[in-house]
Amino acid sequence: MAIRVKSPGLLTTVQDTGRFGEYAIGMPPSGAMDVFSYQVGNYLVGNRDGAAGLEITYFGPELEFTEDAVIAVTGAEMPPKINGEEAPTWETLRVREGDVLSFDYLKNGARSYLTVSGGIDAPIFMHSRSTYTLIGLGGLDGRALQEGDELQLGEAGNGDARVGKKVDADNIPRYTKETELRVIIGLASYRLTEESMEEFLNVEWTVTPDADRVGYRYRGGELGFVEREQPAGAGSDPANVVDFGYPIGSIQVPGGVEPIVLMNDAVTGGGYATIGTVISADRDRLAQSKTNDKTRFRSVELEEALEAREDRRKRLAEIKDALV
Amino acid sequence: MNANVETGLPEARYTYGGDEFVFVELAEAMSLKVNFRAMAITNRLREENVEGVMDICPSNASYMVRIDPDVLHPDRLISRLKELDEEVGDVKGFELRTRVVDVPVMMEDPWTHEALMRFRDRHQDPEATDLEYSARINGYDSKDDFIAALLGSPWLITMIGFVPGLPWCYQLVPPEEQVEVPKYVRPRTFTPERAFGFGGGFAVVYSVQGAGGYQLYGLAPAPVLDVKQRLKDFEDSIVFPKPGDVWKYRGVDQEEFDEIRAGVEDGSFEYKKADFTFHTDRALEDPHAYNKEILGVLYGD
Repeated sequence: MAIRVKSPGLLTTVQDTGRFGEYAIGMPPSGAMDVFSYQVGNYLVGNRDGAAGLEITYFGPELEFTEDAVIAVTGAEMPPKINGEEAPTWETLRVREGDVLSFDYLKNGARSYLTVSGGIDAPIFMHSRSTYTLIGLGGLDGRALQEGDELQLGEAGNGDARVGKKVDADNIPRYTKETELRVIIGLASYRLTEESMEEFLNVEWTVTPDADRVGYRYRGGELGFVEREQPAGAGSDPANVVDFGYPIGSIQVPGGVEPIVLMNDAVTGGGYATIGTVISADRDRLAQSKTNDKTRFRSVELEEALEAREDRRKRLAEIKDALV
Repeated sequence: MNANVETGLPEARYTYGGDEFVFVELAEAMSLKVNFRAMAITNRLREENVEGVMDICPSNASYMVRIDPDVLHPDRLISRLKELDEEVGDVKGFELRTRVVDVPVMMEDPWTHEALMRFRDRHQDPEATDLEYSARINGYDSKDDFIAALLGSPWLITMIGFVPGLPWCYQLVPPEEQVEVPKYVRPRTFTPERAFGFGGGFAVVYSVQGAGGYQLYGLAPAPVLDVKQRLKDFEDSIVFPKPGDVWKYRGVDQEEFDEIRAGVEDGSFEYKKADFTFHTDRALEDPHAYNKEILGVLYGD
């Protein structure tokens, strides 16, 4: 045993990069919502890519270490405390047997990541340790952490040598209450009227309380569908289509009033018209937005999405190299 | 949607699902033929083992491919998909090596009845049950005739998803006999696990308990998802249905329902099924005659 859960926080789950390659049976990838923060956390503690950490949502847990460990906290501004004393984020820290890690209130962002040298050693289910709570699989018994849980750690690598290393200030994301998300318009976007598409891209949307690992729901505008005779198999509502696949990050508008962006634990398909997809590089920032935050969607071409992806990859590689 | 001049088929829409997905809508309307095309194209793509392809997801009248764009540029995939579309054409002569499966279901069971009664305020017709309502709007004289139609002809699994293991089933009958029902006005917050439901043009078996908007007709005693892989049918996968499966829903009474449940509990249950080569041309030409043959393969008569 290495970590004892004294209190679990609001929603703390074991996550890694995700469970890929199973989309066709309806299995979403799960995994860390903010991939950037999670990956940097692993670099800080010297883990191999893909080692599991804890995703901490909105309100942090209280964790007691039952052995010495090397840890890092990245992501949201939710100040960590070791034995009650504030500790830095985006920096490699050492904790001793008996130390207690807790968190202050969330200031900005939504999700923090705790990585530990050696990684959280939950059982692997379908090549991933990520928790998918809807079905109850992966992670720790397929659920969020509970009081009294005990977490095992994998074999620690070279974390010790990294204690005190930190990420350059330039490379630490700043989270604000306004987010712009880049979107590739497509999928069944032909279902929206031109005016509605314009409205979708111009309105400042507000994140509703329905914002979790399944998806983010927004309010702020009203969108209408092109009139048509509904095709065979679609059902009678104008928002309905013949059920099809939903990409991760895809946006649907059931009823026309509440756009939903599907995230890591989303349903993989269904019968609502989808109008576009949030690009992969911007889903890190989406995952750090929270209820009542403002969001704008900006339409981009594929090339910009691929460049943003490449920029993120380079930035991660740069951070990784700087920490060795 | 524009039609292709040569084949008369609708022109497929190729679009990006962000930087990680390519989404192809073959047609806006559901038909057996369009689903055969989706399966034929995705089967070919799977055989090609293209580097950078992560997931291949056939769906009802469309399909989706997840890629690693660092390895495979979406445009490169799309040009290959367009070639595959050409090769597949109108799927003349397309055969599916599949299986035909007997799927027990108890219609009007007490559990889904209780669930649907709890959510009458979210339904189009709060005074009727889901079955009575669906029978009426599809022009059936009685709910029993409607049930007989659902249980009379086999179904094709045309898509898997929503949640792990949930099969979309499209009945192998001529277009004019296809049942069509709306989804609930507002979705339920509860649906029993293994509920047999219907929405748009599709029947489903809910693989897990949860929210849902399909009309509820009955309950299947056997699972479609077995995360612990206790049952023999789940040795290779936690999910039983496969796209292209042919399923025959068979009505069972409470006694048989209980027997099957006991078999599921003690781990002895196995679906009755037979290997089968499905000739799509025959299903399109004379579905009722072909269905008789299909059921002969399954039940050996």
